[in-house]
Amino acid sequence: MQLTLWTYEGPPHVGAMRIATAMEGLHYVLHAPQGDTYADLLFTMIERRDRRPPVTYTTFQARDLGGDTAGLFQEACRSAYERFKPEAMIVGASCTAELIQDDPGGLAARLGLPIPVIPLELPAYQKKENWGAGETFYRLVRALARPRETATSIGRPRCNLLGPTALGFRHRDDVMEVTRILAALGVDVNVVAPLGARPSDIARLGDADFNVVLYPEVAEPAARYLEKTFGQPAVRTVPIGVGATRDFIAEVARIAGVSPVLADAASRLPWYSRSVDSTYLTGKRVYVFGDATHALAAARVATSELAFDLVGLGTYSREFGREIRAEAARHGIEALVTDDYLDVEAEISALRPELILGTQMERHIAKRLGIPCAVISAPIHVQDFPARHSPQMGFEGANVLFDTWVHPLMMGLEEHLLHMFRGDFEFNDRTGSHLGKTHMPAAAEAAVAEPVLASPPSQPGPTAWDAVAEQELRKIPFFVRGKARRNTERFALERGITTITLDTLYDAKAHFGR
Amino acid sequence: MTPATDTLARAGSAGCTDAPIIQERGQREVFCGLTSIVWLHRKMQDAFFLVVGSRTCAHLLQSAAGVMIFAEPRFATAIMEERDLAGLADANEELDRVVARLLERRPDIRALFLVGSCPSEVIKLDLKRAAGRLDRAFAPRVRVFNYSGSGIETTFTEGEDAALAALVPQMPDEAPGAAPSLLVAGTLPDVVEDQFRRLFADMGIARVGFLPAPRLADLPSVGPSTRVLLAQPFLRDTARALEERGASLLSAPLPVGAEGTTRWLQTAATAFLVPRELFQNVTAAGAARAERALLRHRTALAGRRVFLFPDSQMEVPIARFLHRELGMELVEVGTPYLHRTHLAAELALLPEGTRIVEGQDVDRQLDRCRQAAPDLVVCGLGLANPLEAEGMTTKWSIELMFTPIQGYEQAGDLAELFTRPLARRQRLAV
Repeated sequence: MQLTLWTYEGPPHVGAMRIATAMEGLHYVLHAPQGDTYADLLFTMIERRDRRPPVTYTTFQARDLGGDTAGLFQEACRSAYERFKPEAMIVGASCTAELIQDDPGGLAARLGLPIPVIPLELPAYQKKENWGAGETFYRLVRALARPRETATSIGRPRCNLLGPTALGFRHRDDVMEVTRILAALGVDVNVVAPLGARPSDIARLGDADFNVVLYPEVAEPAARYLEKTFGQPAVRTVPIGVGATRDFIAEVARIAGVSPVLADAASRLPWYSRSVDSTYLTGKRVYVFGDATHALAAARVATSELAFDLVGLGTYSREFGREIRAEAARHGIEALVTDDYLDVEAEISALRPELILGTQMERHIAKRLGIPCAVISAPIHVQDFPARHSPQMGFEGANVLFDTWVHPLMMGLEEHLLHMFRGDFEFNDRTGSHLGKTHMPAAAEAAVAEPVLASPPSQPGPTAWDAVAEQELRKIPFFVRGKARRNTERFALERGITTITLDTLYDAKAHFGR
Repeated sequence: MTPATDTLARAGSAGCTDAPIIQERGQREVFCGLTSIVWLHRKMQDAFFLVVGSRTCAHLLQSAAGVMIFAEPRFATAIMEERDLAGLADANEELDRVVARLLERRPDIRALFLVGSCPSEVIKLDLKRAAGRLDRAFAPRVRVFNYSGSGIETTFTEGEDAALAALVPQMPDEAPGAAPSLLVAGTLPDVVEDQFRRLFADMGIARVGFLPAPRLADLPSVGPSTRVLLAQPFLRDTARALEERGASLLSAPLPVGAEGTTRWLQTAATAFLVPRELFQNVTAAGAARAERALLRHRTALAGRRVFLFPDSQMEVPIARFLHRELGMELVEVGTPYLHRTHLAAELALLPEGTRIVEGQDVDRQLDRCRQAAPDLVVCGLGLANPLEAEGMTTKWSIELMFTPIQGYEQAGDLAELFTRPLARRQRLAV
């Protein structure tokens, strides 16, 4: 058993729902108890979709268990087919139905429906949401995709975009951005799948010359199958950030046999990063956690395109642990590969970054610890489905990253001025940044100074501040005061100093100074 | 002392007392009982709810809690994994380990609920025994209880019923020969609880307890001299458990709306022999304020047609309020479960011929709803946006659980929940 306060991923059948909901003309019949229908609200509330997901649940109850739950499932399949007339159907079980072992695949096959019915085996007690999405997409591709009819392609090179789903982090916007880049390179998009595809579109995946793996968590198993079966090569660079977008263009050009002709002028990130106002970004200590795709991209953009220091890197995508560990090693740190929220919280508390790039969970931790944060990955919230075009990929995506990662921080000149004029009366605790949340009243400062740790500190020391030192501490700008207080107290504690004097304060500053 | 008699006119007819209820079975769009943890943990300040379940349960709680609205919630899930299913002895050891880790992290916990889920029920994991074992291990600092919030046995609010029923054996005994006391059962927002406490005190009903109490140590006592007034319609098992402790149940409409609140208070007043004049003095100002607050909304809502999907079991009292106090026409009143006895006073107040549907077949119900084209649809979170996209005006039924709606001072707020979506549709020009 795993103790879970918050979870980074849902169960695998929610992954399957993300595929079904992304597509048109596909219906999912899910053997599940009443209550599992909550998943609908992920799509209608969090993603703000205007239609119910194409899912029929059997919603069996305790009184059905002694009876014929298999019959209930068949009835649900039959009536879902009658009502929705889908082109194809996927069938499977949620965690509870898995335990009662009704075999949805076999039961559905016996109905003899006149459409492809694809059974899903999604082991709910071993696997999670992204795996479920990847497996479902792979099963669909395996069942439906057909090889190209003519041996060679005619006209412009064509590719498929694989991986965008419903409830994905900016998937809709990324598809638009990547399609634009491909068009500029002279490459046509054959099929985007699963987002917006019909089962009949899945059938023509084989017509493309190559595949673009946009989200490896979802698309990799299908891409590998298409590579092996139809000989379609795959572009695997994920174009998040300026550097990665350039690499992506080079890789597409090589595989498609076109010229890599895209000017970087499309992105403002390089100039904004070089502009003098960005000087203050140098060496800002940043912590990154998310799914593997976005965490890897964030590590690269943060360090090489914004000049941050990477102090922590982690993912909940265990399937990509090796890649994440390798990336962390390049930055001289150790990766955290875990789906335990408490572990992530403990690491962030210990590392005290100046910026967190994470999921909605880390935003939560950040709020408690008073650290600025930007969301870079699922799990997501309704606010991660903005009304405006807001991609993560391509040159425009890089612009979006610059804005969303830098805005939680203070602006460059502002931060400099606050340092320079910290003695002035205007720059007391009640004036300050344009960011309301960096105003830190005494209580909040104390909360930062004494981080909310998983367990009480092992050696609670009675460190007191003498009046002069306390006075001096108040002169330190409020946004770094919490850290200064904590560092000084730790310094004192480690040396057995019970009363912190002015000297202790400056000794500690020298000790921790970077 | 003259006991207060019912000063309100009795309903002209028997309303829906004996009306046939349409039973429907099929796909249900209803939360499971685990969801009630989201408000229970806020009310019971030293309690922690540990769901023993699957990743789905954890995901549900997180989604139902609006994805992370609390700094650190007082609920969590012990997610069962493959190896827990292999051998039950291991699962018990695992549970002990998880509980120990949790209690170490949260020394403020006094009441720990092990909450059963669909998978734990299906594999017959004996949480009752586990709770007993852990209770012995951690008593007296932490008491450990158990109930089931599984979706195969409970819907949404029935989780609260199961949780409160599990607390009843912990309530202290009334002293023998104690004077009659009043017990209000059902989670009420603090502000509402305080309002009712004041009203009862002003009527001279001194001994009033509320279940649940904010802290385990403050659980009210119960015994043969206890009169129970339900503040929620879904407390079937809790009411039964209280009756088994000797308490007697008062039958009243629920305290929603001006009329409902007066009748609810009146039921208590009658049982405690409160003089009529005193009752009227105590309630007059609140009732008048509620009437005034409702007036504005009545203009907007009278004659409008409302369709209620099943969700919280609040549907019947809400329908009664919408019809009698705001003049709305009831197209269909869906409820996941209908307890005829507890709702007897409510059913009598519903207009004859109201279509009451128990259970659900969501696709058919949606067909009926589209066919009827009501002015307002009260439904769950999963259905609201799709119906809005079809041009219907909706109200999330879950707000009826999360918003203070009971009592005089909230009558206007309750009405506003229904006028706001209509006003919004009227104002938007995009």
